[in-house]
Amino acid sequence: MEYLSIVFQEVYKILFLLVPVLVSVAMIVWLDRRVWAFVQKRQGPNVVGPFGLLQSLADALKYIFKEIIIPSSSNKVIFILAPIVTMTLALIAWAVIPFSATQVLADINVGILYLFAVSSLGVYGIIMGGWASNSKYPFLGAIRSAAQMVSYEVSIGVIIINVLLCVGSLNLNDIVIAQQNMWFVIPLFPMFVIFFISALAETNRPPFDLPEAEAELVAGYQTEYSGMMYAMFWLGEYANILLMCAMGAILFLGGWMSPIDVYPFTLVPSAIWLILKILLLFILFALVKAIVPRYRYDQLMRLGWKVFLPLSLIWVVLTASYLFYFNLLPVN
Amino acid sequence: MIAHAIFFYTFSIIAVVSAIMVTASKNTVHSVFFLILDFISISCLFIMIGAEFLGMIMLIVYVGAVAVLFLFVVMMLNVAQQKNQWFAGQQSSKHIPVGLIISTLIFVEVIIVIGGWKYKPEIFDINNSIAQTSISNTHSLGQILYTDYIHVFQISGMILLVAMVGAIVLTFRQRSGVKRQSYIKQISRERAEGVEVLEVQSNKGVKIDD
Repeated sequence: MEYLSIVFQEVYKILFLLVPVLVSVAMIVWLDRRVWAFVQKRQGPNVVGPFGLLQSLADALKYIFKEIIIPSSSNKVIFILAPIVTMTLALIAWAVIPFSATQVLADINVGILYLFAVSSLGVYGIIMGGWASNSKYPFLGAIRSAAQMVSYEVSIGVIIINVLLCVGSLNLNDIVIAQQNMWFVIPLFPMFVIFFISALAETNRPPFDLPEAEAELVAGYQTEYSGMMYAMFWLGEYANILLMCAMGAILFLGGWMSPIDVYPFTLVPSAIWLILKILLLFILFALVKAIVPRYRYDQLMRLGWKVFLPLSLIWVVLTASYLFYFNLLPVN
Repeated sequence: MIAHAIFFYTFSIIAVVSAIMVTASKNTVHSVFFLILDFISISCLFIMIGAEFLGMIMLIVYVGAVAVLFLFVVMMLNVAQQKNQWFAGQQSSKHIPVGLIISTLIFVEVIIVIGGWKYKPEIFDINNSIAQTSISNTHSLGQILYTDYIHVFQISGMILLVAMVGAIVLTFRQRSGVKRQSYIKQISRERAEGVEVLEVQSNKGVKIDD
């Protein structure tokens, strides 16, 4: 009985986290399309519900009732597993995101490593989908995506080291609390810019959406997918984008802390602050999609390996020497 | 404790079965996927014994990077392999005796090594002191790695670097006749260099030097 009650408690907590995440993913797709439309002086989806807010739900309903087509020459098990892997990995990462000092599902010691590991596993959904389709365009898309994600992960890892040097702990709550006096976006601003661009590449967002470049590869790894399986890829992708925004908010924008520590601001629940910061980063993501043209593949690789990696490595040396010289290293 | 045991046996059974499937499955891509499953369940086991840092690094390095590149290569190979069916047929059975001999040798070596295994007495003291001070796993690993074992650590890093440079040198070849882009040149181009206005007489044309 004791075990059962623990299990029920945990399931309740998980549902309380996952349902809002899934709903906000649906909302964020709407927001993405609206921002995109406004930049191009269009209206965007504005028919279903107030301001078109329920557009994503209508889309999801349509996807559910569509037929799932499995190509006869595909590798069926892996073909079906691929969207499930994408979606699961995008959702399990939310377990360590702290919404306040106490509101976190799993407050583990190596939280940031867990986030990094899960985001680096995200590439498997795409590779599996691309390979199992047994078709040229998905395969090319999967190969492009694998190379791209592995390259940009390296610079994200080095940027995380930069932040960790200033914090002295791998726990996400410690990282947030270390920014009490100053958000890391101020001393590490170049790293924030590089993190933002790498996050765009890591989540296959424009201008780095080469794995699904419609002009060359139809829809990349998603070409053979239809119905609910396509929707799962799409949900996983947006959950990943939100996760990257949350990671940026926690590493650089002070996580759940209010921007100013004075009376009216401290009344607002800390979860609201985190959500506002995530939204801010997401609107930046959406704006970039609307205003920047797509990169060429060799330029993408050059940017990752020849520009971002050396820059972030040099910044690690700079941060470490600064902290060491002024005796600011966080030793506990 | 029961839940702990259940999780331990689940992960270890998955690890052993997927390790067997790596060698048993006919499709090479499937065996790489089983290898990944093996890595993941082993990192779960690491986390269960409290080596959380090692488990996460295992996930990031092996599953997130090494296995992706591995899969990359195998997927490319597989395209060519599907054409010649003999590869999966009778040809492979000739290699079984050689494989058996090598695996027996490795097995005997492992048995010898494990049979002569002894813990240093100091290790038990370290274990106890960690338990008392409740230093996190990452912290204690760093303290040992960057003090007592700094030379071994640096040497292993240098070996990896040398291997990387060696691989690049072996595969690098200078290709002639490749036109390279220079971003600075392209951006700093002025209108005067690019456009030339000519007086063209009718029925004469103009010669453009290129």
